[in-house]
Amino acid sequence: MSLPQTTVPARPDPSPPSTTSTFRIDIWRSLGDRRIACRVDAGPGVTALSGPSGVGKTTILNMVAGLLRPDGGHIHVQDVPLFDGALGIDVPPEHRHLGYIFQDARLFPHLRVRGNLLYGIRHLPDAAEALEEMARFLGIASLLDRWPSTLSMGEAQRVAIGRALLTRPSCLLMDEPLASIDRARRADILQLVERLRDEVGVPILYVTHDLSEAERLSAHIVQMDFE
Amino acid sequence: MLDLPPDYWPIIALSLKVSAVAVGAMLPIAFALAWILARWQFPGRMLLDALVYLPLVVPPVVTGWLLLLLFGANGPVGRWLGEWFGITLLFRWTGAALAAGIMALPLMVRAIRLSIESVDRRLEGAARTLGAGPLRVFLTISLPLSLPGVLAGVILGFARSIGEFGATITFVSDIPGETRTLPIAIYAALQAPGAEAVVTRLAIASILLSLTALLLSEVLARRMGAGVRSYRA
Repeated sequence: MSLPQTTVPARPDPSPPSTTSTFRIDIWRSLGDRRIACRVDAGPGVTALSGPSGVGKTTILNMVAGLLRPDGGHIHVQDVPLFDGALGIDVPPEHRHLGYIFQDARLFPHLRVRGNLLYGIRHLPDAAEALEEMARFLGIASLLDRWPSTLSMGEAQRVAIGRALLTRPSCLLMDEPLASIDRARRADILQLVERLRDEVGVPILYVTHDLSEAERLSAHIVQMDFE
Repeated sequence: MLDLPPDYWPIIALSLKVSAVAVGAMLPIAFALAWILARWQFPGRMLLDALVYLPLVVPPVVTGWLLLLLFGANGPVGRWLGEWFGITLLFRWTGAALAAGIMALPLMVRAIRLSIESVDRRLEGAARTLGAGPLRVFLTISLPLSLPGVLAGVILGFARSIGEFGATITFVSDIPGETRTLPIAIYAALQAPGAEAVVTRLAIASILLSLTALLLSEVLARRMGAGVRSYRA
């Protein structure tokens, strides 16, 4: 599993696999003439990925989610190998069982809130009950018949969180979920993230450029910087 | 206004049948071509692009003549169809539908392609993370989101088919009851002296048909556009 050092300059040997890691990530990718790289080894709870804008935090999340292929390295979530360049492992995104919360919510515009929430769980026999329960938990029961275009950004973000959680992901990837929300509503979503951490107990890989946000939420902060 | 003699209704019915079959049969092909041109990168893409748009710029008579060469009794495709399936397109209404479909293809591909290109591909990525494989993403995200373009393509293609003349008369000639569609009937009527009244009626009928198609597309486009907007700021 150890990677040729020539491709990972100025990098210590990969640490031996620990058995309790939630996220064990060591990946890199060239983007034009830049190189984006990240190393995470973190337990449960919230792991924050922090760093200045443009450093490639979203690129890292996309690679973890399987939407973008790393040039090399490995990704293990809950000790399940999702990507390993050396071993030729590359699990397609639909089989990674990760919930991805995008900065812009990314709800499907042609489906109502209900349709968005059900998208990943239509095949489950208890989909309807799960939906009701999730809507109560997130306080979005009154929005179920609305179109995404009629939602505020904060409401859309709650729906997006519900849509991801309903697929029972092994962890959540959150990409600056507060960035597009007006200041007054940010505290609500921040509290919601804390409830996800404490009540739901789902591990979260949380991308933010705001260090105070990272410190408030996270047991573990990974600082990314330009190489 | 439309007090056509009874023997003119079959002409309109034939025109509608030819156009409906032309658009219906061409739609899957048009969608596939639009998808390939919008999404795939491969050598020869520009050539395919040019080939698809060829019927738009080549004189229709030339297109009709090429169809004659290909699908005629001795043409490579025509002979194959005849020997294996007993299908003849020459001088048949199905041949008229083929000619109309080929002429409508560029317009259909163009409208559908624009729509496919405007689909936010990040939504497809979001669907993948929710457990949907590529086929389900196509059926539940890409296809419905490109429906407005499909609809525009169908209506444009239908209107183009209704008006098709040059390639049709070259390929399947003017056979009353079989290939005499509205434009060909108008042309045939113009050849006989004293047919002004008939020509006027047929011309009004064809204008009404085209106008109805355009209005229908406008109404449908508005209805479909209603649900699809971005979030409130």
